[in-house]
Amino acid sequence: MKNICEYTAHEIHEKYISKELKVVDVVKAFFNKIKTDDEKIKAYITLCEEEALKDAELIQAKIDNGEEIGPLAGIPIAIKDNMCTKGVKTTCASKMLENFIPPYDATVITRLKEAGAIIVGKTNMDEFAMGGSTEHSAFFKTHNPINLNKVPGGSSGGSAAAVAGDLAPISLGSDTGGSIRQPAAFCGIVGLKPTYGLISRYGLVAFASSFDQIGPFAKDIEDTANLLNVIAGYDEMDSTSAKLEKIDYTKSLINDVKGLKIGVPKEFMGDGVNDEVKAAVKNAVEKFKALGAEVSECSLPATDYALPTYYIVACAEASSNLARFDGIRYGYRTSNYESLDDIYKNSRSEGFGEEVKRRIILGTYVLSSGYYDAYYKKAQRVRTLVKEGYEKVFENYDLILTPTAPSVAFDVGSKVNDPLEMYMADLMTVSINLAGVPAISIPCGKDKEGMPIGLQLISKHFNESTLLQAAYTFEKNMEV
Amino acid sequence: MAISSEEVKHIAALSMLNLSEEEINKYTNNLQEIVEFANKINELNTDGVGESTVATNAFNVFRKDEPRNSLDRELLLSNAPTSNGEAYSLPSMRN
Repeated sequence: MKNICEYTAHEIHEKYISKELKVVDVVKAFFNKIKTDDEKIKAYITLCEEEALKDAELIQAKIDNGEEIGPLAGIPIAIKDNMCTKGVKTTCASKMLENFIPPYDATVITRLKEAGAIIVGKTNMDEFAMGGSTEHSAFFKTHNPINLNKVPGGSSGGSAAAVAGDLAPISLGSDTGGSIRQPAAFCGIVGLKPTYGLISRYGLVAFASSFDQIGPFAKDIEDTANLLNVIAGYDEMDSTSAKLEKIDYTKSLINDVKGLKIGVPKEFMGDGVNDEVKAAVKNAVEKFKALGAEVSECSLPATDYALPTYYIVACAEASSNLARFDGIRYGYRTSNYESLDDIYKNSRSEGFGEEVKRRIILGTYVLSSGYYDAYYKKAQRVRTLVKEGYEKVFENYDLILTPTAPSVAFDVGSKVNDPLEMYMADLMTVSINLAGVPAISIPCGKDKEGMPIGLQLISKHFNESTLLQAAYTFEKNMEV
Repeated sequence: MAISSEEVKHIAALSMLNLSEEEINKYTNNLQEIVEFANKINELNTDGVGESTVATNAFNVFRKDEPRNSLDRELLLSNAPTSNGEAYSLPSMRN
């Protein structure tokens, strides 16, 4: 029999309804598991045990009163530490925000609380979400629960490791260039980057505002759909939030891909992709064909230009967004100053880590006089070409299928001193953020060392339903 | 095109960052490498192509200018390194 912490959220929900499990016991089971296992995995920065146990009593009282509860009521959830939680430290894994206690909840947090979800804690990440391995946290590195010598991916590595390590059944991450999908692939779980504008960014500490998007991590597609149902939807507090009719994503839990047209872009299956990853993805293609999907090769010609374009635009936006950290109103302030300029410069220089400073410098460079046209403006034009490439493919296909990452999880410490090589880990994911389309990573195999391999499915704007249906069908028919 | 350490010092000043000599050397090398990589985009012909600043078809959003409650002052000030209880406070200094 499965241990409580191995259950999916929907299994826990069913056991609440059948009175086999009590909310308090489930919450306690997760905190016990965290106490024994998180010393090694190091997924969490902050735990909210006291508050979680209080919330558990409240939900249990509702169940005992015979009130109807939603699928997330009493379900423990882990939150990436760049989403504001009122009264609970939100550090972005940075010395800059080490002691920051937000005076408000992010919209996603408000919605989770209304749905009765129980926040277990805040998870580790690359500082300000800048990185692909969760090694750039100012506090400590997170390890991959499948093999502790490997990275969990990043930047949402803590949230992915929490779910993969059974330290929470579901969690939230944020994805600017692959920060949900790549760690999901590295940890062998499901991770969804929704369409830009589907989830409110109010209360998400900004990295690159035109790419950032919050999304779910889960053990299966049913949990992903339930979590998406709660967090998706218009919010007047985010001016880029899309005003669309509410969709019930659980309606996509249909085991059928017959007639679905899937394109496999040749640019994503080239030399840069590890052989074992390629083999697992080809195997997935055969599975989709066997299930009745029409799979054929397609082309996204601007793919080679997506990675440099992404780093130019994302760093430019980051350098502007991070200008707000001045040591005056909140965040770290230096004790070493004689002038106002000293306060700004020393607070920022002492408060930001190496990778954050590197990106601020690159971003400032591409925005500075003399380089603005050659880099920033040019990149915005290339971004248009990347978007048009996707639009063209979606004229003939329902979905695009690629590997999520060019390799499996790499060794801790193996890339941390080579920024450009670390950026290459985002090769398969960044063009999706440039185009703003939704994409999901689902497990599709393991390499010979037992490390998980991720499959990425991409769809048109606001077409999460097709993504979920295809992913659900794959999950139901493929033994991974 | 080579990036000089003088240029990195200038960029650091624009970014309101103080960098040590060691950091300047490191970031000069990093920036050189990353910019060479970024130069790849110049291979693409983008004549007549528009610039995309957002991913979806976003448009200007307006709302009525109605007064609303703002965040609690005490809570906001509790995050400031120094305050006098009513406002943010800074040490007096001459720049």
